[in-house]
Amino acid sequence: MMNALKNPAHRAWLVLMVATGITWYLGEVGAAGTAAIVAMLVIAFIKGRLVVLDFMELRGAPRLWRTLLEGWLIVVGSLILLAYWISLK
Amino acid sequence: MAIIGDMNTAVATAPEPASPRLPGDLAIWFFILAEMLAFAVFFSSYAFARSADPELFNFYQQTLDRNAGALNTLLLVTGSWFVVLAVQAAHRNDQAAVPRHIALGMLCGAGFLVVKVFEYAEKFGAGISLSTNTFYMFYISLTFFHFMHVILGMVILAVIWTQARKGAYKPGHCNGLESGAAYWHMVDLLWIILFPLVYVMR
Repeated sequence: MMNALKNPAHRAWLVLMVATGITWYLGEVGAAGTAAIVAMLVIAFIKGRLVVLDFMELRGAPRLWRTLLEGWLIVVGSLILLAYWISLK
Repeated sequence: MAIIGDMNTAVATAPEPASPRLPGDLAIWFFILAEMLAFAVFFSSYAFARSADPELFNFYQQTLDRNAGALNTLLLVTGSWFVVLAVQAAHRNDQAAVPRHIALGMLCGAGFLVVKVFEYAEKFGAGISLSTNTFYMFYISLTFFHFMHVILGMVILAVIWTQARKGAYKPGHCNGLESGAAYWHMVDLLWIILFPLVYVMR
């Protein structure tokens, strides 16, 4: 078990499965409002970053490409947050 | 020689132990970037269109099958995981494991498409179309645009599976495999944003 978790891909898969369950659960309980949106965006960022670093294997890639993809996650997440924040006003 | 020396120093100061390497071909990364920019526009269009009428979006979002959306996330994540394992197998020259893991990745992708077809059948059967309202216009166009990317991803996986069966991918010769894998992971990455955005956030 511990040996299997040395593979970053296995670790990433496990976290991605659990994180998907959390987002689904937040939907089931009807979580809404700023705190819920922020929580879901943070979870999506963590998940997206794991895909970029451990599935796309950009952890050891030139900094430019890592920054471009991680930056995409931040920009998209920020725009969604801004739009939801506007809708709550 | 002095220039080469400087470059080595620059590489040595990077935090990664090995020298930086972009998996796959450079071209596929430009393609991925272009696709991601298109989706970034769609995602923010959805979010800002919603801010003009949150009641409508919140109301019709409840008609979506959140379980199907979550199941599809699990399928894409697991499909991506199998494809990483295929790349890892090629790097250690485990020739039998490469096509096997690509096939498992395709199976997950096929599962995604089946779930989505059932979801669409239910919605279209209820008479819902692009012109029903703004929410459904976004729901159908966003998920269908992504659906087509899953299909393209499956075609790419089929190509690398055929190559892998011929033993085309060996340590140091994995560019084609890694390029196809990177595209498949992008499809996963996009759904990771799309699912909470369209199915859950309210």
